[in-house]
Amino acid sequence: MTRFLTRLVVVLTVITGVNYIAWRWVASLNWDAWWIAVPLVVAETYSLIDVMLFGMTVWKLKIRKGAPPPPHDATVDVFITTYNEDLDMVMTTALAAQKVRHPHSTWILDDGARPELKALAEQHGLGYVTRSEDWTSNVPRHAKAGNLNNALMQTHGEFLLILDADQIPEPDILEKTLGYFNNRRVALVQTPQYFSNVPADDPLGSQAPLFYGPIQQGKDGWNAAFFCGSNAILRREALMQLGLVGYVKETEKSIRRALSASRSAIKQARKSADVETPLVVQVLDEVEAATREAQHELDAGQPLSEITYRVRRRVDAAVQTLVMADVEALQADLEEIAAMELAHVGESGVPVVADDAVQRMSARDWSPLGALESVQAVLDALSVERNDEAQPVMPLATISVTEDMATAMRMHAMGWESVYHHEVLAYGLAPEDLKTMLTQRLRWAQGTIQVLLRENPLVQKGLKLGQRLMYFATMWTYLSGYAAVIYFAAPIIYLLLGILPVTSLSWDFFVRFIPFMVVNQLLFAVAGRGIPTWRGQQYSLALFPTWIKACSTAARNVWFRRPLGFAVTPKARQSGGPGWSLIQPQIVVSVLLAVAAVVGIIRLANGLAEPLGTLVNVAWVIFDLVVMSILVRAVLYKGYEPAAEPAVTERNADGV
Amino acid sequence: MEFSYEVKDSYAEVKAEGRLNMVSAPKLREFVTGVIANGSNRIVVNLENTAFMDSSGLGALIGCLKAARQAGGDLRIAAVQPQVKMVLQLTSMDKVLTAYGSAEEAFSND
Repeated sequence: MTRFLTRLVVVLTVITGVNYIAWRWVASLNWDAWWIAVPLVVAETYSLIDVMLFGMTVWKLKIRKGAPPPPHDATVDVFITTYNEDLDMVMTTALAAQKVRHPHSTWILDDGARPELKALAEQHGLGYVTRSEDWTSNVPRHAKAGNLNNALMQTHGEFLLILDADQIPEPDILEKTLGYFNNRRVALVQTPQYFSNVPADDPLGSQAPLFYGPIQQGKDGWNAAFFCGSNAILRREALMQLGLVGYVKETEKSIRRALSASRSAIKQARKSADVETPLVVQVLDEVEAATREAQHELDAGQPLSEITYRVRRRVDAAVQTLVMADVEALQADLEEIAAMELAHVGESGVPVVADDAVQRMSARDWSPLGALESVQAVLDALSVERNDEAQPVMPLATISVTEDMATAMRMHAMGWESVYHHEVLAYGLAPEDLKTMLTQRLRWAQGTIQVLLRENPLVQKGLKLGQRLMYFATMWTYLSGYAAVIYFAAPIIYLLLGILPVTSLSWDFFVRFIPFMVVNQLLFAVAGRGIPTWRGQQYSLALFPTWIKACSTAARNVWFRRPLGFAVTPKARQSGGPGWSLIQPQIVVSVLLAVAAVVGIIRLANGLAEPLGTLVNVAWVIFDLVVMSILVRAVLYKGYEPAAEPAVTERNADGV
Repeated sequence: MEFSYEVKDSYAEVKAEGRLNMVSAPKLREFVTGVIANGSNRIVVNLENTAFMDSSGLGALIGCLKAARQAGGDLRIAAVQPQVKMVLQLTSMDKVLTAYGSAEEAFSND
């Protein structure tokens, strides 16, 4: 029944929405003010697509009845990832993890490599993992994804429960979830992230009941439940498979890139001034011949390992032969000199070039190629060792700061299945101040946009259409910052200047707009089944500067390789007074909105504006200000006080 | 899973018997590292009696390949069974590694 009702409202939303937006495009645009009319209708179209994607998500809402009993022999590693969190917090989580029922090994993955934590782990019989020696300073560390990838190489459980340092698991978390893996295609079971240090009114919007609810349940229906980095169980085999496929893809890509760069590198080397010795010219000839042959072999589909091995052998042999010739000539010269100046040789006899000279001078650093950096770089890249990374096989995706989303998408593309288990089985700690919260939201948004730009789900092979749209839907919501700016600008422009982006605010407008708005709100109410969604709506609009910053920094990062300015979300409250400066853009916009409303009313009083237009726009301003008002509470929020609120220990009533 | 090795004329042959899975994969890596440390850098992993391999096993093979290459040599595989062949194809690892018919063939071309 609920499902029927939800689908009915989805259909109504689409009908009324398309009816309204089509009319807006076709018949309502005020072309005299195209500079605001067109952006506004584009923003409205963006919102319609957003709500249609939400409708599609909840269309397949999947309510699971719980997992079958877990297989007794399933081996599990529990990973607790930490970097710089408070040791008490890490140990509380680790000890709770140790007590989880179903046999397992508990590991603390300490990216901070803290000796005190190591000692604590040993004391309590917990596993302790830090980065292996392969993670030298020359390779990227990949933050949490790197931490997990490193641990995967040092452990061997069939399944992995991943917990952030603050996520205290319930003892039955494995018993409730492992059974889903009886289906051998299931690679991921995600449970909700729920925070125990959040007051009922949730001033920072930390709980995400809409996401860990209808959205994940809907995605689950499309076999596209997201991996959210913590409180999830993964199948090692699926991760390793991703790592292998990624390894082959990256290796092939880097070999192709190196081969196509080789021609110009060799050409450039030939031109360079130091190339006057015949020795270097001959080596270059040999390198050119070897890379040309490698290209033929690659095109013929020969295995990469052999292609690269042959290039290396051929070049090494050439270098050695030529160096040998050089050394022989040197030796001959020495003997000649000795013969001519016999008297000076003395007791030491004829000088001799050391035995290992040829080998030494052929080695990479001394070889004649060493001087030709670009050629050497090509040869280095013609390898299957993936020397630019700490480990050749990287199971968790490293293309984004939100490794979880990228990893799950690749799993889905390989045909693996996922499960969203709607029951709180771990309790975490949310940020308790605005600054930390903003850092966290920025990071999520940046990571999501990185995935969109690097591996756009709409064009990923292997994903079904529904899965593509489920990933795209989440990415789409992060573009809302630009729409928000237009939504703020339109009423300000009308109230200050009297310029209306629509031709008229008449019956035609209201008869289309109001049904859409009503049905739209109804959709959230029906799909949300009474969960509070208002806080989420407020923040999706009010954090527009964060969303815009995320899009621009992620685009710069992906397209121009600029750093993101990435920061680990601190788990402890940041000290300092109220951070009004954090919401400067929102304060400016709010003041502008308020001033515009006053000016609009004055203009109306003086007969300079229409009553209806003013009324609609002042109402719009009031709505915007109410939305923004949450930020005042967020700035003034002093952190969670457990005494004032009963501790949340009850299970989510909505659960399975 | 049992490992053994034998130094031949131009290579060392590593035999892996049993199931090369997430449990035995680290052991293979350790074993081959030892063989390399003993002075052989041209290695053939004979998989004739490896009835089963998973992605962790393949991952360990790549780790061994990297170690052999860094020691200036190479690592090759021989005599793969049908299940292993399937895993190689599934992960597209057959684009990287050639599966030779027998250990003798692996280094016969150079």
